[in-house]
Amino acid sequence: MDDDNPTSQIYDVAIVGAGPAGLTAALYAARSGLSTVMIERGVAGGQAATTHMIENYPGFPDGVAGPELMAQMQQQAEKFGAEVVQADVDALELGGETKKVKSGSQEWAARTIILAMGAYPRKLGVPGEDDLVGGGVSYCATCDGAFYKGKKVAVVGGGDSAIVEALYLTRFATEVTVIHRRAELRAAKVLQDRAFNHEKVKFAWNSVVTSVEGEGILDHLVLKNVKTGEETELKVNGVFVYVGYDPNTALVKGQVGLDPHGYVVAGEDTKTSLPGVFAAGDLRVKGLRQVITAAADGAVAAEQALRYVEENEA
Amino acid sequence: MASISQVTDLNFDSEVLKSGKPVLVDFWAPWCGPCRMVAPVVEALAGEYGDKLKVVKLNVDENQNTASGYQIMSIPTLAVFKDGQVAKKIIGYMPKEELKKRLDPIL
Repeated sequence: MDDDNPTSQIYDVAIVGAGPAGLTAALYAARSGLSTVMIERGVAGGQAATTHMIENYPGFPDGVAGPELMAQMQQQAEKFGAEVVQADVDALELGGETKKVKSGSQEWAARTIILAMGAYPRKLGVPGEDDLVGGGVSYCATCDGAFYKGKKVAVVGGGDSAIVEALYLTRFATEVTVIHRRAELRAAKVLQDRAFNHEKVKFAWNSVVTSVEGEGILDHLVLKNVKTGEETELKVNGVFVYVGYDPNTALVKGQVGLDPHGYVVAGEDTKTSLPGVFAAGDLRVKGLRQVITAAADGAVAAEQALRYVEENEA
Repeated sequence: MASISQVTDLNFDSEVLKSGKPVLVDFWAPWCGPCRMVAPVVEALAGEYGDKLKVVKLNVDENQNTASGYQIMSIPTLAVFKDGQVAKKIIGYMPKEELKKRLDPIL
């Protein structure tokens, strides 16, 4: 792999991460004639590729499978000439005129960088959780739901993801208990209605998980009612955690401005604190994190990169 | 090594448990996004470890007996078998260097 980059090509734009933000940025950048490389550690799609059905992306009245939508986005970007490379980026040099993306001994140089590394699911952070990952604790219902045929599971969280996945899990499990720290859900009304009307979906309101118990295999969760302080045990075979996300910004810490939660500080123009460096998608400070808002960021970031390249032409 | 061979419920015993050298089994399924992320890493590992490690894949959807027998409840799971026993289970995606750090001590 050492001589993958024998040339000293300098790309107009390097995009780090190939979720909806990165893929859209690649499409717009390549289509506007910028030489574009996108580096992704796994396969295109990011979190959206692990979502079994996306119902709120316009143009798909019957919904669209996450992996399918993402594969189409990738095709579209590649059609216009974006180069997609699979590599695990371990360093970013964002200062200076020529910026660098590094992965082991590989290196890509570019005039502009679009940060689109997204976010990853947050853990519960309670005793027993780490030990039982793979023994009943999961962060991906699409991946692991089928292992719970005829079993009881719990979902922790009250947002869209939690409720979408809880409903998905009813295909396999006999009972799905949604554990939520408040007395009402944050999820969209249509999802709430579906969950409330589903005979397999139960709710543990005002409740948090304080520990995950079991020897190698999950046996039960300890729940605490945040109003009364009362602790109860919930016997389940699986628990799926959807309590939010953390931004994937460790590589840019100390280089671009981050907010206290680690999100990249950039406005709707996606401009970060460094010239020529743009932030698109879930890792940016913003109000609504969805496939479509990530895609929108990608388009804006590519447009900003184009302007930057034109203004700084030698 | 371009493609990794698939094992099944039927040949798991001969291909994995009775193998003369350690075997890394990639438990996966077509519906699993992170499994597709792991696949290229597993291929790269197979190339790098060469003769030291045999690398195979098992589709948990089509081979539920083996998957449930080894209590696979989350995929991707990478399991290393030595002399017919599970020597290591690694769950979820991680970069290649991180995987090697976990595999090296047992190989």
